[in-house]
Amino acid sequence: MTARALINAPKTARKGDIIEIRAMIAHKMETGYRQGPNGQMIPRDIINRFVCTYGGAEIFSADLFPAVSANPFIAFSTVATESGTITFAWTGDDGQTQTATAEIAVN
Amino acid sequence: MSGPTSIRLARRDLIFGAGAGLVVLTLPRAVLARPTLDDAIRGFTGGKALNDGRVKLDIPPLLENGNAVGVTIDVESPMTAEDHVRRIALFNEKNPQADIAIFHLGPRSGRARVSSRIRLATSQTVVAIAELTDGSFWSSRASVIVTLAACIEDLS
Amino acid sequence: MVWRKPGLAVFAIIFGGGAMAEIAGEEKKSGSGFMSRETQAMQADDTSNPGMFSVLDGERLWREPVGPAMKSCASCHGDAEVSMRGAAARHPAFDETSGKAIDLAGRIKLCRRDKQTAEPFPRGSEELLALTTYVGTQSRGMPVAPPVDERLTPSRENGKRLFEARIGQLDLSCASCHDDNWDKRLGGSPITQAHPTGYPIYRLEWQSVGSLQRRMRNCMVGVRAEPYEFGSQEFIDLEAYLNTRASGLAVETPGVRP
Ligand code: HEC
Ligand code: HEC
Repeated sequence: MTARALINAPKTARKGDIIEIRAMIAHKMETGYRQGPNGQMIPRDIINRFVCTYGGAEIFSADLFPAVSANPFIAFSTVATESGTITFAWTGDDGQTQTATAEIAVN
Repeated sequence: MSGPTSIRLARRDLIFGAGAGLVVLTLPRAVLARPTLDDAIRGFTGGKALNDGRVKLDIPPLLENGNAVGVTIDVESPMTAEDHVRRIALFNEKNPQADIAIFHLGPRSGRARVSSRIRLATSQTVVAIAELTDGSFWSSRASVIVTLAACIEDLS
Repeated sequence: MVWRKPGLAVFAIIFGGGAMAEIAGEEKKSGSGFMSRETQAMQADDTSNPGMFSVLDGERLWREPVGPAMKSCASCHGDAEVSMRGAAARHPAFDETSGKAIDLAGRIKLCRRDKQTAEPFPRGSEELLALTTYVGTQSRGMPVAPPVDERLTPSRENGKRLFEARIGQLDLSCASCHDDNWDKRLGGSPITQAHPTGYPIYRLEWQSVGSLQRRMRNCMVGVRAEPYEFGSQEFIDLEAYLNTRASGLAVETPGVRP
């Protein structure tokens, strides 16, 4: 599934540069600790896992809990090693994974 | 307005009204049984000693709203294959659940620096812990004050 | 124990005396100017502003052909970056057909209903918010420019009257806070001057995008007054008045507010 996501990553970099990547996905991150108007607890529904791969190899990941804000935002770094695709994958409590990609040219 | 007027109103007075949506109300008792901050930290470190230093936890001390609090964790590390930060964990003292997030890094990270946005239910302590390749744990804590948003909506 | 913010249970506001005072030009300041650096930064960077999701959804809806004639907004208006530039800055505007003031969301609703003859989007729906945010952001950086149009005078005057009328169990007017005490705080929050510069906004409190009318309803609930209905003439008139008060400030849509 394609994510409603906003990615901020440089399109070009020099080999060996440390680049910053920021990724945000639209998701309500329902905590499971809230009551709805009818007094019923609203079931938890969060993104619990985020994985970033670069040229096919995992370079960063995160386990997320309900205390991560709605529309989870994560910024991290990586070393520009080669031209290729950076892939972002967010997995929800429902087991569904949403993905987004960014291309980078390294010279 | 003539003369000074003093208004005091309880939060419960502010949150009534109508609309379509959800409110945050009191929790059932079961939720109260969360591990303490120290228990949660022990769960992560396996009981190993926590060292002070190396970790910089950047979080505003006074928050306008606890729903989206920007945090940045910076760990001093060469981030080489032999010597790098493996994991960075964030825990809180007073949310219904102690865990916030665990970030997994490696030598390809280049720099041990991670930012995110988190929820803090109330004024409390937040702790960041870094696990290094040599098996040592380093930590930093910060206390934050969460102010109450004015003119919220109830939606019950 | 509650999940959020049980800490501060009581607000105390001490208001000094003094008559209703409109805000002098050089003191005029958007709500964003009262925010923390962190919240300002969240608004300023498009890849960290969650309101941008609404912009992206609006962009998609803009191009989507609907209704019996399968017309999209783009079929008539073309590129929104060109055709919608300034539209948010000059709304509420006068609507010839109804002979009344109309706000931006109301205008979009009408185009959807009458020009596309498609299923109307209700106020507060994600779709209407998304289109309003998308159209709104085309005016980003432009000064709020209330139209020079005498036909809007009755609406603006009524808006001013409503703004200055005491309401609710707390017996406060909007002006008691936003004209007379905008430099003070209510609990932890700066009161601000109530400028409608960023709407629709992503409000951290809501954890979602919402309209100016929703924001005004929150203030009405805050003073324990019965809020006006979404889309009511009262709200349109208040919006028309707020736009004249904010004249010259930059449009910030999608704004982020606490
Ligand atoms: C008791 C004081 C008080 C009264 C009365 C009040 N407000 Fe507010 N209003 C606030 C506070 C405080 C905020 C800012 C809260 C925040 O964002 O943290 C606010 C925010 C706003 C905003 C958002 C401004 C922005 O930057 O986005 C608008 C618009 C607004 N009020 C309109 C109104 C209107 C219209 C009325 C009358 C129906 C009204 N207010 C009555 C206290 C008040
Ligand atoms: C069949 C052609 C047509 C379609 C389709 C259409 N519009 Fe319009 N729109 C118009 C016309 C004509 C006007 C000028 C006012 C009038 O005649 O009502 C207008 C005016 C507007 C305005 C006011 C512009 C300004 O500069 O003040 C906005 C905003 C707008 N439309 C948005 C939309 C959106 C959003 C959609 C899609 C949901 C849409 N329109 C679909 C024909 C159309």
